[in-house]
Amino acid sequence: MIDSKTKLCELRDKWQAAFENEKARILVCAGTGCVANGSLEVYEALKKEVEGYGDYVTVDLIIEENKSGVSVVKSGCHGFCEMGPLVRLEPSGVLYTRVKAEDAKEIVDALVNGKEPVERLLYHHPTTGEIYKEEHNIPFYKHQNRNSLGHCGVIDPEDIREYIANGGYQALGKVLTEMKPEEVCQEVIASGLRGRGGGGFPTGQKWEFTRIAKGDKKYVICNGDEGDPGAFMDRSVMEGDPHKVVEGMAIAGYAVGADEGYIYVRAEYPLAVNRLKIAIQAARNHGLLGENILGTGFNFDLKIKEGAGAFVCGEETALIASIEGKRGMPMPKPPFPAQSGLWGKPTLINNVETFANIPGIINKGAAWFKGFGTEKSAGTKTFAITGQVANTGLIEVPLGITLREILYEIGGGLRDGKKFKAVQIGGPSGGCLTEEHLDMPVDYDSLLSAGAMVGSGGLVFMDESTCMVEVARYFMTFTQNESCGKCVPCREGTKRMLEILERAVNGEGRPEDVETLEELALAVKDGSLCGLGKTAPNPVLSMLKYFKDEYIAHVVDKKCPAGACQALKGYSIDPEKCKGCSKCSKVCPVGAISGEIKKPFVIDADKCIKCGACVSSCPFKAIKEG
Amino acid sequence: MNAKNTVIIDHKEVELNGEKNILELTRKLGIDIPTFCYHSELSLYGACRMCVVEVEGRGIVASCSTPPTPGMKILTNSPRVQRVRKTVLELLLANHDRECTTCEKNGNCKLQELANRFGIKRIRFGERDVKLPIDDSGTSIVRDPNKCILCGDCVRMCAEVQGIGILDFSNRGAKVVVTPAFNKNFSEVECVNCGQCSAVCPTGALVVKSETEKAWAAIHDPEKFVVAQVAPAVRVALGEEFGLPAGEIVTGKVVAALKRLGFDKVFDTCIGADLTIMEETTEFIERLQKGEKLPQFTSCCPAWIKYAEHNEPELLKNLSSCRSPQQMFGSLVKKYWAKELGKDPKDIYVISIMPCTAKKFEAARPEFTTEGAPDVDLVLTTQELARMIRETGLLFDQLDIESFDTPFGFTTGAGVIFGATGGVSEAVLRAAHELVTGEAVEEVNFEAVRGFAGLKEATVEINGTKIKVAVVHGLGNAKKLLQDLKAGKADYQIIEVMACPGGCIGGAGQPISTDPEVKKERARGIYNADKLSQLRKSQDNPIVAKFYEKWLQKPNSHEAHEALHTNYSPRGRILGEDIQLLSSRRKHKVDVAVCVGTCCYLKGSYDTLKRFMEKAEEEGIKHRLNLHATFCLEGCETGPSVRINGEVVSGVTPDKADQVFAEIVEKLPENHRD
Ligand SMILES: Cc1cc2nc3c(=O)[nH]c(=O)nc-3n(C[C@H](O)[C@H](O)[C@H](O)COP(=O)(O)O)c2cc1C
Ligand code: SF4
Ligand code: SF4
Repeated sequence: MIDSKTKLCELRDKWQAAFENEKARILVCAGTGCVANGSLEVYEALKKEVEGYGDYVTVDLIIEENKSGVSVVKSGCHGFCEMGPLVRLEPSGVLYTRVKAEDAKEIVDALVNGKEPVERLLYHHPTTGEIYKEEHNIPFYKHQNRNSLGHCGVIDPEDIREYIANGGYQALGKVLTEMKPEEVCQEVIASGLRGRGGGGFPTGQKWEFTRIAKGDKKYVICNGDEGDPGAFMDRSVMEGDPHKVVEGMAIAGYAVGADEGYIYVRAEYPLAVNRLKIAIQAARNHGLLGENILGTGFNFDLKIKEGAGAFVCGEETALIASIEGKRGMPMPKPPFPAQSGLWGKPTLINNVETFANIPGIINKGAAWFKGFGTEKSAGTKTFAITGQVANTGLIEVPLGITLREILYEIGGGLRDGKKFKAVQIGGPSGGCLTEEHLDMPVDYDSLLSAGAMVGSGGLVFMDESTCMVEVARYFMTFTQNESCGKCVPCREGTKRMLEILERAVNGEGRPEDVETLEELALAVKDGSLCGLGKTAPNPVLSMLKYFKDEYIAHVVDKKCPAGACQALKGYSIDPEKCKGCSKCSKVCPVGAISGEIKKPFVIDADKCIKCGACVSSCPFKAIKEG
Repeated sequence: MNAKNTVIIDHKEVELNGEKNILELTRKLGIDIPTFCYHSELSLYGACRMCVVEVEGRGIVASCSTPPTPGMKILTNSPRVQRVRKTVLELLLANHDRECTTCEKNGNCKLQELANRFGIKRIRFGERDVKLPIDDSGTSIVRDPNKCILCGDCVRMCAEVQGIGILDFSNRGAKVVVTPAFNKNFSEVECVNCGQCSAVCPTGALVVKSETEKAWAAIHDPEKFVVAQVAPAVRVALGEEFGLPAGEIVTGKVVAALKRLGFDKVFDTCIGADLTIMEETTEFIERLQKGEKLPQFTSCCPAWIKYAEHNEPELLKNLSSCRSPQQMFGSLVKKYWAKELGKDPKDIYVISIMPCTAKKFEAARPEFTTEGAPDVDLVLTTQELARMIRETGLLFDQLDIESFDTPFGFTTGAGVIFGATGGVSEAVLRAAHELVTGEAVEEVNFEAVRGFAGLKEATVEINGTKIKVAVVHGLGNAKKLLQDLKAGKADYQIIEVMACPGGCIGGAGQPISTDPEVKKERARGIYNADKLSQLRKSQDNPIVAKFYEKWLQKPNSHEAHEALHTNYSPRGRILGEDIQLLSSRRKHKVDVAVCVGTCCYLKGSYDTLKRFMEKAEEEGIKHRLNLHATFCLEGCETGPSVRINGEVVSGVTPDKADQVFAEIVEKLPENHRD
């Protein structure tokens, strides 16, 4: 039981000193991605190896008995999931990639016997072939600033002692003993932190609104619904550093005057749920949650609410309805949750990453935080980079960074040396940006003015082979499925937009669709009740803005310029190149190709089923696709 | 900062007076902003998006949920606003079964009205791609999900105003439907047939079942002697259908119209009301003297009766055993008057004209028959009568008035006020003192029970005993009162419950109106009719006295009981299949059903069920059980009820669960308890 700030500091110092005894530490990533690739077996194998050397220690032994030795620990996600399972060595910082259980022997041998790291398991740059020993030198990491993700992959998320030894709960101690609630709000305002859940609302202001709201009872909610397809930043934080979220929420509770909080996590994140449960229990056991925290008289406790995984339940009013046991449907605002939220009480609701930024701001000060990012978009932000980019994964970078830096320096450029075409930012609520935006700073306001948004931070890089109409269709399918069905524009409008886009990619587009689609998109954007509907047309609108020709080609010329839409593919034989060898007519399963030997053959478009079999049969590359 | 408390609407400065939202403000200014889902008596929903306006600096907002703040600049009809509204309408119409000409709501449909107002002439999107089954299983309401625009008005009406919650949304996105639980039909759930959902439904998705064809068939059948009875609330509302103001008393015209339609006799349900007062007051006095079954609840409202049967089995004994005025009337006609006429009850066809949709259900109850013939053969709503009148081409407003026929035509003001909330109580109060003491009371106006407050109370003294009367209307208000009663927070001797807000004048069979003023006008009409009556007290009705003399002896006599009273029994809330939790296909198995209906649930049946699941796991006999949750084993008073291989065991509270589970295990042959 830690009943005072002094005690907390003592424990921190004591445990920190104890960890000095650790000769080395092997961290095995136990994030969802690495676990799926077998990291738990890797962990067992490594442990066994170390035990074989008689050098294995547990954290318990280090802390309680001042033992020295090598520990093997499960960590949270490092973000470089594509390269997993990842194993990191401390203090050297060596990172092994794609580790299998069989590699354990070699890894431990090199570590214990002071040999050079196992080269074949180190990161090899996909294009330059360069080999990198330490994690922080790998280009993927080198350009990042891991603040909110700082502990992820470095500490054992299931052991509160590690968090405390690394300065955890100091910020909570500081606010409880040195700051008034309004000062906490002011500090957060001064930091310029904006909501990381998508809207980018200034966090400090929201805290202040909730603080001054009248109410006998207030709540703090952490939004861990994370429904964007492909996004996993919040999951990584909850899995890799759950105490940071707990601490951030407790600080918020103190600042706004709440004594109860909920963490809303989708049930599809069982690991996150589990780690949070462990963290909450440990915090309670140590007196960092519950009554009279650190002897200051401040009470605060947390509950976990598992959501059924509807995207719309990430919307704050729907999320609140869901916690209340109602159907997860958004409500009109006002009233805002800060005035009337959970059970009608003033409620502060913030995103996981928003809360994870709080301890840093309190410990190091608003000015430190403002040192990252731009004037209006302070701090660092996590992004999930995917698509046809060389390195995919989770990154944390200062806002204001350019897309070019993310794409080429962190992402390692497009795969197979293809040409960049567009990047979809902000998931299904965002829009696509093009070459001309590559040097634009990635911050809330610049993105919004270009028709995209930071959103939850999904970045999908696309090369020239991507059809933008198809991309818009893909995202529209998602929003249509996820629309809660409450309001007319979103429920009916997305259905009809999807219909129009499906027509286009199936070659059934009508010329008048161009105008109808645009008008519909604008009406849905204006008219919808919640953010889901209001942003659902963004992918379509940005497609119409930057790639209108491509869309017109689909509906008017019935062509897909990127050659991606199967239904619009057509095959023709270049009479210049065709030597009339008849090979193609033999492979065509439907007999659509005919001609006279030694004269150019022709394809009957009506018969052709667009299987593409003929293309490779031609020794002269005379058959064209498109 | 704008120091003035004004906003600019469509370039005009307008003063604010505490309006809750922009929509209310614009209505005051004479701008009728369209909406499907805003109703001042229901909670804010904000789903139809028709009421959008453009606010400078904020863009498009829904006026129903945005409070006006000083300095706001609002445009109610900008191009962006128009685009949203027209798109919404076009989208709704695209997905709507647009069979307007044959739709029951044709002419009364909000969707039709707005499509016309906005001149929607083409629909650029595909047709509705699913055809869902229509539910006309009930006696009163027909639900056609293909016409539903998902405004949620019915959902909120049923849950918030009526406190029931039959309807709710299910599925997501474009597949959302509004439906009773488990996709059941209306007739299989605890719907009380009040029809309030259909009264707020802007489209033809929920309509009152139309039975005018049956009425015509009876009228045109030479074998049938067709008799009408007209409920009090009809006479102050029917005029609205023909352009007359709400609340105008059109009794004489109604009678004239019915005669012209071909009814053989036209009578007044108010005489049934006067009889009800004699019976119910006598019953009350007896209970009061014996000190039992109090408070006594009124029983004229069939929706309330059904509600009580579903939800309040323990209170059923407290309901007055009196049949409703409609059924008392029907019973007298078929049991006594038919004999006087020398007719077979089957050849007299009684058609009631009612403001009410639940009366259709009441008339069909099997207990209300005479020699196998229903006491009331058919119930038509005010609206249905209006349709029949229109069909004939009669110019209603120009009809010369006529009077009711005898003998069921002479009534008192006390019978008329049954049409408004508080009326039954007021009529009882006019009678009680006199029936006990024999002294006539001078004051007949009991203002305390009039009006539209959710709960009204009055205290009177009868022979030295203080009687506390409570009046509630809207089942949601009734539910609250019942909770208070059970919690010991309320104490009354007489409680009047009317299911519809405002009482019968607000019935769902009345002309459709969303204007709250209309109900007030109708109530004013009712009390005017009372004031104009020669006699104001039921006990003064000479015809009623004659009925006792001729047929019924005295109030609460054996004869009166046979003809005018009834009894009630609990009803399950959901009919049909159970929720299967464990199912076994083994030869040796036990079938266990646990009731999770309201009464049993409240007594802990859910925990019993959970305990059974745990025990099944512990004992390793999960694969030997057919365990299901069921909705009512009709043993409400002795719940929680559990049915084991067909035998009902009662009182299985969670603490008894283990013991009963042991009995279940006993039922398995020894060697099969693996
Ligand atoms: C359809 C929809 C989905 C959303 N999903 C999430 C989510 O998964 N996580 C999240 O933090 N915020 C989500 N939001 C934003 C929340 O409504 C809310 O603005 C946010 O949780 C506030 O926290 P912040 O200020 O820290 O960003 C979503 C919003 C909409 C409209
Ligand atoms: S915009 Fe979509 S998700 Fe949001 S309330 Fe409307 S239907 Fe539901
Ligand atoms: S049935 Fe009628 S009232 Fe109910 S949601 Fe549908 S359209 Fe609205």
